[in-house]
Amino acid sequence: MTARGGILLALLALAMLVLPAVADRYVLSVLTTVLWFAYVGQAWNVMMGFAGLLSLGHALYVGLGAYASAALFVHFGLGPWLGLWAGMALAVGAAAFIGFLGFRFGVRGVHFALLTIAFAEVARIGFDHIGWTGGSAGFFIPVAADGGNDLLNLRGSPALFYYVILAMTAGALLVSQRLLHSRLGYQWLAIREEPDAAEASGVDLFAARIRAVVVSAAMTALAGVFQAFYFNNLFPEQVFSMGRSIEIILPAIVGGIGTLFGPILGAFILTPLGEGLTHVIERMGFDVPGMKQLFYGAALVVIIVFRPDGVWPWLARRLKLVRRPGEGA
Amino acid sequence: MPVDFYLNIVASGLLTGLVYGLAALGLSVIFGVVRVVNFAHGEMMVAGMYGAVLLFGFLGLDPVLSAPVVAAVLFGFGWLLQRGLVNRFVERPEHMQFILLLGIATILLNALLMVFGPDSRGVQVDYVFDSVEVGPLRLDAVRLRAAAGAVAVAAALFAFFRFSRTGKAIRACADNPLGARVVGLNIDGLYAFTFGIGAAVVGVAGALMTLVVETRPQLAPEYTLLSFVIVIIGGLGSLPGALLGGVLIGVTEALAGVLLVPSLKALVGYLVLIVVLLLSPQGLLGRRS
Amino acid sequence: MTLLDVASLSKRFSGLRAVSNVSFTVPEGGIVALIGPNGAGKTTTFNLIAGVFAPDEGQVTLRGRPITGLRPHDVCAAGIGRTFQIVKPFGDLSVEDNVVVGALARERAVATARAQARAVLERLGLAEQAARPARSLTLPDRKRLEVARALATRPDLLLLDEVLAGLRPTEVDRMVEVLRDLNRREGLTILMIEHVMRAVMALSDRVVVLDHGEKIADGTPAEVVADERVIQSYLGTEEV
Repeated sequence: MTARGGILLALLALAMLVLPAVADRYVLSVLTTVLWFAYVGQAWNVMMGFAGLLSLGHALYVGLGAYASAALFVHFGLGPWLGLWAGMALAVGAAAFIGFLGFRFGVRGVHFALLTIAFAEVARIGFDHIGWTGGSAGFFIPVAADGGNDLLNLRGSPALFYYVILAMTAGALLVSQRLLHSRLGYQWLAIREEPDAAEASGVDLFAARIRAVVVSAAMTALAGVFQAFYFNNLFPEQVFSMGRSIEIILPAIVGGIGTLFGPILGAFILTPLGEGLTHVIERMGFDVPGMKQLFYGAALVVIIVFRPDGVWPWLARRLKLVRRPGEGA
Repeated sequence: MPVDFYLNIVASGLLTGLVYGLAALGLSVIFGVVRVVNFAHGEMMVAGMYGAVLLFGFLGLDPVLSAPVVAAVLFGFGWLLQRGLVNRFVERPEHMQFILLLGIATILLNALLMVFGPDSRGVQVDYVFDSVEVGPLRLDAVRLRAAAGAVAVAAALFAFFRFSRTGKAIRACADNPLGARVVGLNIDGLYAFTFGIGAAVVGVAGALMTLVVETRPQLAPEYTLLSFVIVIIGGLGSLPGALLGGVLIGVTEALAGVLLVPSLKALVGYLVLIVVLLLSPQGLLGRRS
Repeated sequence: MTLLDVASLSKRFSGLRAVSNVSFTVPEGGIVALIGPNGAGKTTTFNLIAGVFAPDEGQVTLRGRPITGLRPHDVCAAGIGRTFQIVKPFGDLSVEDNVVVGALARERAVATARAQARAVLERLGLAEQAARPARSLTLPDRKRLEVARALATRPDLLLLDEVLAGLRPTEVDRMVEVLRDLNRREGLTILMIEHVMRAVMALSDRVVVLDHGEKIADGTPAEVVADERVIQSYLGTEEV
C-alpha cells in the first residue's frame, strides 16, 4: 500500500467505528449487510481468488454454520461462541468431503462448480426434511425480551451486531493478508496460475486445494453463525439457495477476484445499490420480487464484460493506492 | 403394487424423458460447437414454456402449434446473445464464460419472475384427461403428444446436421475451428446460428413441456442441471445419446416420484448429477480431447 | 556414479506406443542430451521421469532409489527439477515470486525462500526484472525464469525440455554458458531435450537418440552424429 492508500484505509476504519453514533437504524442495518457480504466475499475469495477454485454453492457453508449454532442454542442452550465451533466443524467436514471427492476424481473447473451447486441443493432439500431444525417451516431463535446487550449470546441492539461483523470483516482482511503471504498462499497462487508448473515446483496440488476449500468453508461458516443470531430465523429455501450463493460471489467479482480489498469494495458498491433499489421500488408502492436479483445479474454481466479484473485494480491504479500493480493487494 | 402400475410409471417417465432429451439436445449442440457452458439453458426452456402459455392464453394455440413461434423467437434471442455477448468469451477462461452465463441466467430468471410472478400457470388443453391404451399401458395423451413432438424435432435436427450445407459447416466448426476458418467458413456467424438453434430447440422442449407440467420460474435451475446431467450421461455431441439419457432421467424421476416422498424427487436428481460428475471421465467438454 | 537410471520404460496412449522399451543412464555431474525427430517420445519420456504419467512398464531410479510412478511434487522433492517445452510462468506473479514458489519446495520460511530466490535470479541475470509481472517478460527471459524456478527447488538433476527453442543465436549462447556454468561449478546434472544441435554438441557428454518411441543410438556426440540410423531418421546428410 502507498501512504495515500494507508491513510484512506485508516480514515475508512475510523468512519466505520464511529458510525453507530451518527447513523439511523436503517443505515446501520444496510451497513451491517454490507459488512456481512464483505466478510463472506473475502472468505469466498480465498478459494477462488487465491486458489482458483470456483465454488457456486458457498451458501452450503453459511447454512451449516447457521443451523449448527442455532440448533445448539435452541435445543441445548449452548451459546454461539461455543456453537460456532460446531458450525465450523460441520462446514469443514462438508468442504473436505466435497474437495476430496472432487479432486480425487479429477473434477475441475466448471464441473467442480456444478458439484458445489449440487451439494448446496442437496442441503437445501435435505434440511427441508430435518424436523430437528424446523424443516421447511423454518427454525427460530427466541429474541431476548429485555433488549439488553448480551455479547455472549449475541443478543442485543443493532449496534452490537454491527461491531461484531465489523470485527469479523477486519479479521478476515488480516487473515487473508497473512494467508496470501504465507507459504500456502504462494502455493495457491501457483496452482491458480499454472497447476502443472506448480506441481513440478514441488507443490502438492491435492493437499493445497483441500486446504483452500477447508479454510474458505470455515470462514464462511462464521458468517452463517452471525446470520442465524442476527435474523433469528432460518429457512432452508433462503439459507441454502442458489441466489444466496450468487450474492456471495458478487462482491469479489465486482471488486476484484484475488485481491485483498476487492471483495470489500465490491460489497460497498453492490449491496447499497441493491438495497437502495429495493427500497426505492417499495417506496413507489410496488412489490416486485426479483428486482434486486435482476440487478445483481445485470451487475455480474456488466462487470465480467467490461471490467473482468474487478473495480479495485482499476481504482487502485487510478488513485495510486497501491505501490505494485503487478501483484494483488 | 402390480406390475402394470410400475409399467405405466415407466412409460410415463419415458415419454417425459423424451422431452428432457430434446432440451438436452439443445445444450449438446451449443456445447459441442461453441464450447460454451450455457448455464442459462433452463431459463431459456422456461421462457419457451411461458411463450406457449401466453399463446395458449391469448390465441388458444395448442403448444404443438405454438412451438414454431416459440422456436423462432428463441432462435433470435440465442443468435443475438451469442453474436452480441457470448462470442467475446469463446476464447476466455472457462470460469469467465460460466460467470457470464450465470449472470444472464439470473437476469432471465428474475425477469420471468417479475413479469409472470412465482405462481404456476398451466395450459389446459381439451384432451388433458384423455389417455391412449396400448396393451396394459394407459398413456396420457398430453405426454404422448409432447414426446411425439420431441422426437419429430430431434429427427429434424439430425437431418439438418447430416444433410444440409449449413449443418455440415457447423459440424466442421465443431471438429476443427481453426481449419474451418482457414477454409473460409464464417465461424462467428455459424456460432451465432448454432446458439440460436440450441436456444430454439430448448424453447420447443419448453413449449412441449407445458403439456405435462405447470409453468413456474423456479423450474429453470432444475432444468439447467437436468440438461447437464443428460448431456454428461448421454455423451456430448451424440443425438441419440441425449434422447437416451433423457429417457433414463425421465424414468428415474418418475420412479423416484412414487417410491420416495415427492419433495425428495429433486434430491435424487442432484445426487445423480454428483455421481455423474464424479464418474464421467471426460465431462461436458471432453469430446475433442 | 549413475544419478538417473531409466530402465525399459514403455508407455502407450490409446493404442499408440509413445515410448517403447527405452533405457539409458545419466551420470552424476554429466550432461546428457535427448534428441530425435518430433513425436519420437522425448517429452513423454520426460513426463514419465517427472511423474506426470506412470509408465506401463519400466523403472526410473534416482541414486538407486526407485521413483517410478511418484507424483510430480514428490519427484521434485526427490531432487528432480524440470522445465516445460511451452513455458508456464505464473503470469500474474512477479518474476521474483515465481522463483519463490520454487524455493518454497525446500524452504518452509518465506523470507528465507525469498533470499534464495533472489540469489538464483542473480545467477541467471534476471535480478533487474524481479518486480515485473512474469507475463510481461520476453520469451528468452521467460525461458530463463523457467530455469530459475526449477533451480530454486535445489535439484540434483535438471530436466530441460527444449529450453533453447525460439531463441536467437546470441541468446542460445548465453543460455549454453549459464548451463555449462551450473554444471561445472555446482555439479548440476542435466538431461536436456534439444533440437539445437550446436548446443548439443557443445554441451553434452552423451547423446541419446529416440525415434518412434525407441532408442536408436546412445553414445558420445561424435559417435551419434556419425551413426547411420541417426542420420537417416533425424539429422540428414548436411554437415553439423
